[in-house]
Amino acid sequence: MAVTVSIPTILRTHTGGEKSVSAAGTTLAEVIDDLENNHGGLKARLVKEGTLHRFVNVYVNDEDVRFSGGLAAEVKDGDNVTILPAVAGG
Amino acid sequence: MLVIRRDLVDAMVAHARRDHPDEACGVIAGPYGSATPERFIEMENAERSPTFYRFDAAEQLKVWREMDANDEVPVVIYHSHTATEAYPSRTDISFAGEPEAHYVLVSTRDPIEHELRSYRIVDGVVTEEPVKIIES
Repeated sequence: MAVTVSIPTILRTHTGGEKSVSAAGTTLAEVIDDLENNHGGLKARLVKEGTLHRFVNVYVNDEDVRFSGGLAAEVKDGDNVTILPAVAGG
Repeated sequence: MLVIRRDLVDAMVAHARRDHPDEACGVIAGPYGSATPERFIEMENAERSPTFYRFDAAEQLKVWREMDANDEVPVVIYHSHTATEAYPSRTDISFAGEPEAHYVLVSTRDPIEHELRSYRIVDGVVTEEPVKIIES
């Protein structure tokens, strides 16, 4: 099960500058674990204490995963996962 | 240094004044590699709050896709402070995720005189930079 993951500028230090990488898994959590195996350090930027970090937005095929199960969100072969830095502050 | 057209500065200030006392936020996109802000994009503050702002996640994806398709980058990311000075808050610094963007803050705490300042925020380090306004 391969998906394409779009990586934002700030995390490309972990992918050797690549804008998009491929990863495997049937849930977002598995995809992130697979990313971590190939691009060490990414997981800590995406997940904190077992949930998605509030500093990032993650979308599966344009759907914000916060509304579709978070890390448990299902992914299918050929899906596109997009990671963006959340733009927020006080 | 941020070099920016007067009409874009006026648009940020007008947005901040209009949404006061809530915080206003948005992006000014520019061609990749140029560092020149050109296309003004007001964003929804999903928090509608006087002390916090957050781009609506769905709107942000749409706008980031448009920028990608146009070979643009977010040259300026702006938001307003409605009761405090135009300096990044601790939350602003912890969220800052676009190391190449100019973070512009507009303070509307004074009803007449606004304050507009620009910063780079990289790895939690805030560096203020001069703003040069070009008459348009």
